[in-house]
Amino acid sequence: MTGLFELLGLGASAELLSLSGWGGNLLRGLANSLQIAFGAFGLGLVIGLFGAYGKLYGGKVTRDLLAIYTTVIRAVPELVLILILYYVGSDIINKISEAMGGGRVEINGVAAGIWVLGVVQGAYATEVLRGAIKAVPVGQIEAAKSYGMPAFMIMRRVTIPAMMSFAVPGLANLWLIATKDTALLAVVGFNELTLETRQAASSTRAYFTFFLAAGFLYLMVTLCSGAVFARVEKWARRGQPSLKGGAR
Amino acid sequence: MDTAAAAASSPETDTRREAIRVEDLHKSFGNLEVLKGVDLTAHQGDVVAIIGGSGSGKSTMLRCINFLETPSSGKIVIGGEEVVMRGDGSPANQKQIERIRTKLAMVFQQFNLWTHRTLLENVIEVPVHVLKVPKAEAIARAHELLNRVGLGGKEDTYPAYLSGGQQQRAAIARALAVDPSAMLFDEPTSALDPELVGEVLTVIRDLAAEGRTMLLVTHEMKFAREVANHVVYLYQGRIEEQGPPAEVFGNPQSDRLKQFLSSVA
Repeated sequence: MTGLFELLGLGASAELLSLSGWGGNLLRGLANSLQIAFGAFGLGLVIGLFGAYGKLYGGKVTRDLLAIYTTVIRAVPELVLILILYYVGSDIINKISEAMGGGRVEINGVAAGIWVLGVVQGAYATEVLRGAIKAVPVGQIEAAKSYGMPAFMIMRRVTIPAMMSFAVPGLANLWLIATKDTALLAVVGFNELTLETRQAASSTRAYFTFFLAAGFLYLMVTLCSGAVFARVEKWARRGQPSLKGGAR
Repeated sequence: MDTAAAAASSPETDTRREAIRVEDLHKSFGNLEVLKGVDLTAHQGDVVAIIGGSGSGKSTMLRCINFLETPSSGKIVIGGEEVVMRGDGSPANQKQIERIRTKLAMVFQQFNLWTHRTLLENVIEVPVHVLKVPKAEAIARAHELLNRVGLGGKEDTYPAYLSGGQQQRAAIARALAVDPSAMLFDEPTSALDPELVGEVLTVIRDLAAEGRTMLLVTHEMKFAREVANHVVYLYQGRIEEQGPPAEVFGNPQSDRLKQFLSSVA
């Protein structure tokens, strides 16, 4: 048994992956990745909700601006967008800082990552939520109107709860994309999971071990997310008979 | 009902408080003029049945009264208060129309219960969130109303698990929960299976008997004749004929109404 263990090099791998060594770095990278994914997903939801409402009910100018936003963001590869938004964003902040008499500003990696990925997520979320809002039967909203609900209350009490069941599958997709898009932030030198993995692998020459470990961590994130979203979807679909048949 | 009908046609009708008045109401969808100048007055306690063929504008008229449709021109007065309209017919004061809507409870052809809420939640939604009634009070009242429409014990059921007739009765309970000064029924039984129509009509009949003000767009001629004290026949966006049910149904004057009545009988 011990022989097989040694033969496969698992003993060495276990040592390499110990929490006090490179394994700890990987977990810190994962924490950074998740932090950014959470933030970006949340920011994307906020942008998406405003975007969807703007596209559906906004004036002509609002609708045109939002159409440009969603078209451009969804047309350009994420990697290119990250490079553009990151360098342009930090450049603008520095220009403003210098103009106001300050020195160069150190851009917080987490904040930059959230901002960049949030803008990307927002474009997709706009379309997911717009579709979900349009899927709400018009009678639900008419009923709310006819009983004197103000517009914001209709949104909060009727439209958003009623659209959730249509939105959750799309949003779950967006969340998973968010977790994996964090890997792209490696190109701007942010210490997320992929960059940590690459550093560990190249320092130790144990590429297989570290990339397999990183893949495992990403898989765990996906599996946990799946379980969470299954519960969210069940909640969002409350009151709707199961599609599998059988009324209850 | 005969005495009520007599009262409606007698001169002292005018001393009763006016609930809904519609004056010279026009409504166009694009080039299609659906309402071509409709005048209608309902007093407190009136049950006005609005009948007419498909496309006659009867539902549109009802929906203009609470501004679910924007009138093209005309005047709507609810409980003595005129809805202030912009040039394009939309309500000029959103707060005013929202306040007026809380007094007009609508019952829809497709029920339109909020599907993500249980029956109890549907019934307390407007009292609690729009009218700011204390929640405990609203819940007690909701139990009463659901019992009244024969849905006691179904409080925690979601609408999708109920029959059409049950959903419509729940929708009526939701309407009653706002303690409306007038109720608008938009073909409340048209989407129901024939064997479920009766249970909904029974509930509406009870409401009429207790003196509620109602405007009722319906295809149920027998029912209209029985509960209404005033019947309005719309034809192509105009009121062709109106009067007490005994006259409108028993002695129709215009050929169109005669033809319509014989086709639906």
